[in-house]
Amino acid sequence: MNLDLGDLGLDEGAHLLVKRALAEAPEVVVRGTASTLVIDVPAWARAQGHTCTARDGGFVLVRGPDRWRTAERAGRAAAPEAVAPAHWGLAARGALVERGAPALDLPLATRAEVWADEAARLYAQASAAQWDPATAIPWDAPADHPAEVEDAVVQVMTYLIENETAALLVPARFLGRLHPHFREIMQLLAIQTADEARHVEVFTRRARLRRDVLGLSSAGGQASLATLFDEPDFAIASFLLSVLGEGSFLSLLWFLHRHGPDLCTREVARLAAQDEARHVAFGLAHLQRHVAEDPALRERLAAAIERRHTALAHTAGLNAEVFDALLLLAAGGWEPARLRAGHTAVVELQRDMDDGRRQRLVRLGFAPDQAAALSALHTRNFM
Amino acid sequence: MTTSKPFVLGAVAYDAKVVPIWEGFKTYFDSHGLPFDFVLYSNYEKQVEAHLRGDIDCAWNSPLAWLEAERAAKQAGRTATAIAMRDTDCDLTSVVLVRSDGPIRELADLRGKRIGVGASDSPQATLIPLVALAEAGVEGHVVRHEVMVGKHGDHVGGERDAVKALLAGTVDAACIIDGNRLAFIREALFVPPAVRVVLQTAPYDHCNFTVLDGGPPATAKFRELLLGMSYDDERVRPLLDMEGLKVWKPGRTSGYALLERAIDRFGTIEPWLKSVA
Ligand SMILES: [Fe+2]
Ligand SMILES: [Fe+2]
Repeated sequence: MNLDLGDLGLDEGAHLLVKRALAEAPEVVVRGTASTLVIDVPAWARAQGHTCTARDGGFVLVRGPDRWRTAERAGRAAAPEAVAPAHWGLAARGALVERGAPALDLPLATRAEVWADEAARLYAQASAAQWDPATAIPWDAPADHPAEVEDAVVQVMTYLIENETAALLVPARFLGRLHPHFREIMQLLAIQTADEARHVEVFTRRARLRRDVLGLSSAGGQASLATLFDEPDFAIASFLLSVLGEGSFLSLLWFLHRHGPDLCTREVARLAAQDEARHVAFGLAHLQRHVAEDPALRERLAAAIERRHTALAHTAGLNAEVFDALLLLAAGGWEPARLRAGHTAVVELQRDMDDGRRQRLVRLGFAPDQAAALSALHTRNFM
Repeated sequence: MTTSKPFVLGAVAYDAKVVPIWEGFKTYFDSHGLPFDFVLYSNYEKQVEAHLRGDIDCAWNSPLAWLEAERAAKQAGRTATAIAMRDTDCDLTSVVLVRSDGPIRELADLRGKRIGVGASDSPQATLIPLVALAEAGVEGHVVRHEVMVGKHGDHVGGERDAVKALLAGTVDAACIIDGNRLAFIREALFVPPAVRVVLQTAPYDHCNFTVLDGGPPATAKFRELLLGMSYDDERVRPLLDMEGLKVWKPGRTSGYALLERAIDRFGTIEPWLKSVA
């Protein structure tokens, strides 16, 4: 191939033309009128590894070794591969990856384990639904409930903060182990942790609205969350956290939306519940896909519930203070009729949680009676 | 703990990156059945002396160190051989730059003027351009930019300082290796129209792996493994990238004539040569 650079020098960008020509043809004859070509073409070719011979007032360049010759595509941009090799590292999906990049420790690297077709849609939905705690919540809304009902709200918020913290840290830990080839999952887990950060923020702010001191944190509640925190298996962790835990929390948050004594409490619960619905949807989606590919997973999930139940058998479960706080919060006052209604509401809440868990277990392919038995074993701490 | 006696290479530590380079080569040679080790020197003369003493089996020599080894070997009745070199060591040139807005219109105008060069022992930035100028009838007042003397101009700092002096007007010409003209433009040291080239030297060769008296028996394996390094191999490519080459070539000694004429004309290595006699 012949390449005429005109009066453009290699010190003015002409090397781009030479590179383009050598990409097309293994041998290129370069000519030009720039006075420095005689210095720059041989020097540039030498540095690039191309051989260069002067001939008839021009330069014959023969293409040399190329670092991209053995490079490998990191799958296709459109959809992930079944397995993402560690040496693709942090490269964009579909990028051409030079061999020899460091292999990162990213053990969550198979599509069967992590993928859900809904991930991109759920991420887009989550991005569009981000809300600003400063403006979305009516922090100044009037409240006229009794002081002890406010104390109950603070106790419930204290409990929620603790559980939201677990819900933030568990996906964050898996995020750090997930191969970024599964980009949509990475994005979804990232925005999920951002959602939880916001929940921690608004529940904390609601707790401190009229009180300087927060409520109680029980050893049993923390023991329940510790079993989530320590779970190393992604499928089991998202089953226990998202499907069962956050699923139960959906009922709880809608309960608080319905029974909260002030508008502010009702609104933080409503906005958090909207976010939680996405977290539950993702957990269900990738586990439905996973059990379809690997039906034996169902038995491992069932065993995980039983194992967790045994591990927590010696703990008190939901602490009495949280139960009582929910009751008083729903009652809104000390009158016997109000307390009776509050008690009924909390009992209904627990039945509602159980219904939700059983429905979701059935969606994962468990038989109704097994779903009922497993739901009954779920932690009394709700999360 | 190394058990069998390794093949020992000498190299000059002109930069901290020299350590990872030769550690990488050590891993490569060790894993290909050649026990290998290296010794770093702070200057080429110490390396050539150690080589003559037999402290090392092979030396990664600058072109000037090659001539030192060759001449010192000869005066001791021994032989030096260049067994391999980089593709990028072949057919280099140096250029003499002047300011476009200055009074130097042609080469002859440089007579008696201030010639900015690199370190006094730099083949590419001092010895070779000065001999090329002298052979063209141009001699002037030589202004050296001594960066790391003893390292034979391996460090680019001397050339950069010479160009800075040219731009500042404290010298009338600056001598650098051809490829650094583009490199300095890329790093925005000067813009192309600001500087003109008044002389490009004839081609010459740069570094080589030197052995004395044919080297120990493992020399053949060392050379074979070197020449077999492929840029396609991702375990080897980072080493080649760091050392600045794509492929190792068999050694040749046809490219040192210009530097020989320079050291003969300037008596560059005479005192050292006497000291090792
Ligand atoms: Fe949350
Ligand atoms: Fe959540």
